[in-house]
Amino acid sequence: MLSWAVVLLAVGWAVAPHLFTSYSPFAGDATASFAPPSADHWFGTDRLGRDLYARSVYGARTTLTATLLAVLIAFGAGAGVGLIAGFAGGVVDTAIMRVVDVFLAIPSLLLAMVLVSVLGYSTNNIALAVGVSSIASFARVMRSQVLTVVHQDYVRAAYGLGVSRLGVLARHVVPNSLSSVVALAALEVGAGVLAVASLGFLGYGAPPPQPEWGLLVAEGRDYVAVHPWASILPGLALATVVIATHRISTSLRRENR
Amino acid sequence: MTESLLEITDLAVDYRTGRRTWTPAVDGVSLHVDPGEFVSLVGESGSGKTTLIQGALGLLPVAARIRSGTVAYSGVDVTGFNDRRMALVRGTYVGFVPQDPNTSLNPVRRVGAQVQEAVPEKKREAALESLRLAGLEDVERVFRSYPHELSGGMKQRALIAIALAGQPKIIVADEPTSALDVTVQKRILDHLVSLRETLGIGILLVTHDLGVAQDRSDRILVMNKGRIVDEDHEYTRRLFAANPARQPAREPRPAGGRVVLRATGLTKEYGTLRALDGVDLAVREGTTHAVVGESGAGKSTLAGILAGFAKPGAGTVHVGDRELTGLNRKQLREVRRDLQYVFQNPFTSLDPRFTVRRLIAEPLRAYQLPAGDRVTELLAAVSLDESFLDRLPAQLSGGQRQRVAIARALALRPKILVLDEAVSALDVSVQDQILKLLTRLQDERGLSYVFVTHDLGVVRLVADDVTVMKDGAVVENGPAACVLRDPEHDYTRHLLDAIPGVKL
Amino acid sequence: MTGVARYTALKVGRALFVVWAAFTVTFVLLFVLPADPVDLLFDPAELNAIPPEVKEQVAANYGFNEPVILQYLNRLGHALTGDFGSSVQSGKPVTGAILEVLPSTLVLASAALVLATLIAFGIALAATATRRTWLRDLLESLPSGAVSVPVFLSGILVLQVFSFQLGWFPAFGDQGWRSLVLPLITLAIPVAGPIAQLLVRSFTTEFAAGYVTTGWAKGGTRGGIIVRDVLRNASLPALTIAGVTFGNLIAGSVITETVFARRGLGRMTQTAINTLDVPLVAGIVVLVAATFAVINLIVDLIYPLLDPRLRASLTAGVAP
Repeated sequence: MLSWAVVLLAVGWAVAPHLFTSYSPFAGDATASFAPPSADHWFGTDRLGRDLYARSVYGARTTLTATLLAVLIAFGAGAGVGLIAGFAGGVVDTAIMRVVDVFLAIPSLLLAMVLVSVLGYSTNNIALAVGVSSIASFARVMRSQVLTVVHQDYVRAAYGLGVSRLGVLARHVVPNSLSSVVALAALEVGAGVLAVASLGFLGYGAPPPQPEWGLLVAEGRDYVAVHPWASILPGLALATVVIATHRISTSLRRENR
Repeated sequence: MTESLLEITDLAVDYRTGRRTWTPAVDGVSLHVDPGEFVSLVGESGSGKTTLIQGALGLLPVAARIRSGTVAYSGVDVTGFNDRRMALVRGTYVGFVPQDPNTSLNPVRRVGAQVQEAVPEKKREAALESLRLAGLEDVERVFRSYPHELSGGMKQRALIAIALAGQPKIIVADEPTSALDVTVQKRILDHLVSLRETLGIGILLVTHDLGVAQDRSDRILVMNKGRIVDEDHEYTRRLFAANPARQPAREPRPAGGRVVLRATGLTKEYGTLRALDGVDLAVREGTTHAVVGESGAGKSTLAGILAGFAKPGAGTVHVGDRELTGLNRKQLREVRRDLQYVFQNPFTSLDPRFTVRRLIAEPLRAYQLPAGDRVTELLAAVSLDESFLDRLPAQLSGGQRQRVAIARALALRPKILVLDEAVSALDVSVQDQILKLLTRLQDERGLSYVFVTHDLGVVRLVADDVTVMKDGAVVENGPAACVLRDPEHDYTRHLLDAIPGVKL
Repeated sequence: MTGVARYTALKVGRALFVVWAAFTVTFVLLFVLPADPVDLLFDPAELNAIPPEVKEQVAANYGFNEPVILQYLNRLGHALTGDFGSSVQSGKPVTGAILEVLPSTLVLASAALVLATLIAFGIALAATATRRTWLRDLLESLPSGAVSVPVFLSGILVLQVFSFQLGWFPAFGDQGWRSLVLPLITLAIPVAGPIAQLLVRSFTTEFAAGYVTTGWAKGGTRGGIIVRDVLRNASLPALTIAGVTFGNLIAGSVITETVFARRGLGRMTQTAINTLDVPLVAGIVVLVAATFAVINLIVDLIYPLLDPRLRASLTAGVAP
């Protein structure tokens, strides 16, 4: 329940940031640089005196939009590829899975870094890179799920009743495979936020004045010895969202059983 | 008076079903087993017999609690014992033989080490002796083997050896043979009886199979809904009546009739294993043709080929005049209107996301036939009313599910049903009802059945013809009445001898 | 051919294919896809100031004027001898540059792997052994926490607490074992998470297995059953995620080395990508993919030795 509340709040931040803070994420009060957290500035302020809570709220839009896009790419392409491999079987399956093996051999963060460097630095390209680099693992999970379902008696039974291959695929295989992959997609949202923020932290995302969660941590990092909240509080906001998506994923998986 | 080896008094066990709610699984059960006594506890699934045994051994799951009552071994009350103290009782006072030999031995350790661990002094010689006592030969080899290198029967004997290793005074066996073939079952149970005689120990056998209990027990206790019911209770009488061995054989029907399904020279190979080896079969119109065999006989492979799920290596299958083998997918779909299949396990053969209405309408939809009233009509044919239409499989009992599966198979008005162990997963009383339903439907609709089963006792009740299989080949073939009364082949005789509950 | 030989040949073949394909993918990504690969070799800010003749010269040096297929074969041929060209930034051979920083990452990564495995087993064993439900719930929620906290945040937290507040360990640099402690902890946590998740699940499954009941019935105690019977069965599946673990180690060391300003492969990767040092990036990706393939190959080959059932199906010649 609490987890849903956290995720909803984060989505609220992303959709209508101005409802959650009256400060601007860009304009700062240079005289109030590095103010510690207070009633006025919940997360304190940064070097330029910008309110860090406002920057975190506005940062949700950048990070979550990129994550959503990444998960849609990974889920759409991965589930499609996995479904084809698992359902078609034989040579098609073997060919697809050998290709998937290759992409699994390159750690997804590394692959995403290479992709971003080729595509150019921007939040959209981060989304694309993170999405593409998780297609392979999604495809593998979907395929194994499809294989489990395909070998169930009720699928054999449907063939026995004279249902066509397409009918079996649409009415039995897809709904029964998806239900457990959806729980995984929730998990992937968490992993996606982490990947997007990691790339942002490394500096491959939006250019500096833009607020983005990973970038906020990176900006505060240089002053961590003296002003720890500047990087830790935005980071904690990020971690809280990820933990919430994990808990939701776990409860979805329990329901499926 | 000698003290009972095991004395359970007024035991009640509850399961946690909510935050503060508990549901009783065992409700005030008392029983005792005396030295040298063979007691059977018979019950169907959900009767609470397994929970009772877990309670007696102190192996209840975390979600269960003992509400009241006591468990005593040789006069020592062990009810409140913690794991550490209970560990001293288990193995030395009471030995336990579990249900499924295939999962009850540690797969990555050698059998010998697992037996040796159970011997009080951990001596190798004692472990070998225990294996010998359990009726195993070549014990040195068994000692060195991994579980997967042994047959099911040998694994169960190894588990008996483990149970005997601590020289217990009583052995509790929970469905020790339900995962094994009938001939193996007979040997294992006979051995348990002989152990009781040679060692003077007591045995408590838990089983769902009344026949198994009747053949060997000094006393039979029947359990239903968490209680032990007495002999002239209505449930007990119903259970006894449902026992296939107690029922009249099927009225023999006239020979002759048109052949609706014919298989000729079927073979099938998986790698180097020959699953089918030149099998012939002819099913006459409006009759039941039983295919009988133990595990590995190839009967499921045969059923799969007859139903068009798999292609044979060689040989042909004819449905009426049409050849099934070599058809493409589209032609096969046409044949399926005449030939339908019912699976063994109604818990896996129904899509969990479909309602009963959708399940039964599915074949109609596949051939673009109107569903409408046909679904309720089919439901009525299997004696289920309209209140079931919108339920999901999870809300049905095993018997109800199998009825839905049968209704679904009948939707296209087929001529032939292939029933692959279609009653084997059900309790005896439910099995009895489904068999009667199948017979009625056959009489009403002139259906032909291929009835695949491992249970010769059931064959007597339903079959007109029977084919006995062993190791992928047909051993014997003929009218059921003749084959069962006067088998020609040794193997058939062997199988008939092993049917529990006929020596009455 | 015997089952074992066929199995081995199949697995080795697959590993070789993965390495070759990873090389090809990298080549396509870095040398073919960019509109003008030469541009990648220069700093984007100065790109317009560079005269065309210089570009032409550099392109010729790198062989970009030749047909793609020739470039590919040329690079593949050199790669087979361990030659990935020279780093654009430093001018040093790629292989040499990688070998120079590799030891420091290897020390960090292997120490982190050991620590992560210990943590994961500790959590799984404790969660299985305890009879207290609240303690088990708490322990079981730890792994998902470990994978939820971003490495850069846990790094900064660790740094803040143990270096700036308590002053126990140095914050940056790579001198001596004391500077290894904080990066080690930072890297071990996210690596331990998935292993612990898998172990907790497989310990729970195995603890409900039939042979455990047999163990109890023999008169076994909880501890004895866990150590003698459950441990080995439940640990085996952890090997199946060896590849994923390796990926986590690589990704984790990129960020850990950046946070702690340590020398190593991770930081070099980041620098190489920041400066668009194409040959160096290509070399690193192929090295990582090759290591991944070797690790999976080793797991595939030793798994049958640890599981007698799989060994039997191999010697019987039936495909597993």
